[in-house]
Amino acid sequence: MGAVILIVAVVLIVLALVYYLVSVIVALQKIATGLDETITAVGEIIEKTAPVAPVVDDINANLDAAVSALEGLLVKKAGMADAVGLVDGLYPGAAKAGFRDFPDSATTKAPRISTVYTRGTLTLARLGREAPIAAASPNGPALRNAVAGSLAARGLYFGERPGRSPVIGTNAPVQYEASDADPSTV
Amino acid sequence: MTLAVGLILLVVVFPIVVLLLHGVLKEANAIVPSVAKIRDAARAGSKDLDAVPLLLTTQRQVKETVENVAAYGGSLDVILDDA
Repeated sequence: MGAVILIVAVVLIVLALVYYLVSVIVALQKIATGLDETITAVGEIIEKTAPVAPVVDDINANLDAAVSALEGLLVKKAGMADAVGLVDGLYPGAAKAGFRDFPDSATTKAPRISTVYTRGTLTLARLGREAPIAAASPNGPALRNAVAGSLAARGLYFGERPGRSPVIGTNAPVQYEASDADPSTV
Repeated sequence: MTLAVGLILLVVVFPIVVLLLHGVLKEANAIVPSVAKIRDAARAGSKDLDAVPLLLTTQRQVKETVENVAAYGGSLDVILDDA
């Protein structure tokens, strides 16, 4: 009787071991398969992201060069104070950082251009001599000297400056450049 | 003696073995869905990065844009008076 119970107990334990261990093996195989697929996908991610850093570095280098050149041009054409004020008007807070290649620009007191003019007007005022703001401002002095700032534009007209922009192009009534003008200078 | 050993195995050892193995199986099965989620996330991440080669196009376009800006800057330098 005792031997029978012993054998039954051993058999039950062995059966339990077999059942659970086989189940665990199956679960571990699923885990291993899933991890293999995960590793494959992660490998693809690593492979695909490998060229990102040098490409982004190159893009940033190009953009840095452009920013430096444009800032230099702006300072050259508008002067340090107006340049800082213009950039601060377009990008509030940028005056504190200053320009990259002009260390003293961070300490330049920027005129509060943006409190008077909108961004579009600022851009026109700085880039276009034909901007209405260049002529006069009802609330104070113009951003640019209304006379000196438009001398070059006035040079385009034979008489008084008209109230609109001149007609340009090949069909314009007045050709402002000689036909043999050197195109490389434009 | 044999009877006592058999009873101990049956009443004490067997339940403990079953309990421990059941716990191991339960935890192993709990890992499977987590691994599946990680696998799906990695696959989705890998698929999202299929657009990375477009960065090369962006790189080329940025270079061309900067060259154009430089050309415009040169023209503006000629056209506009210095401060």
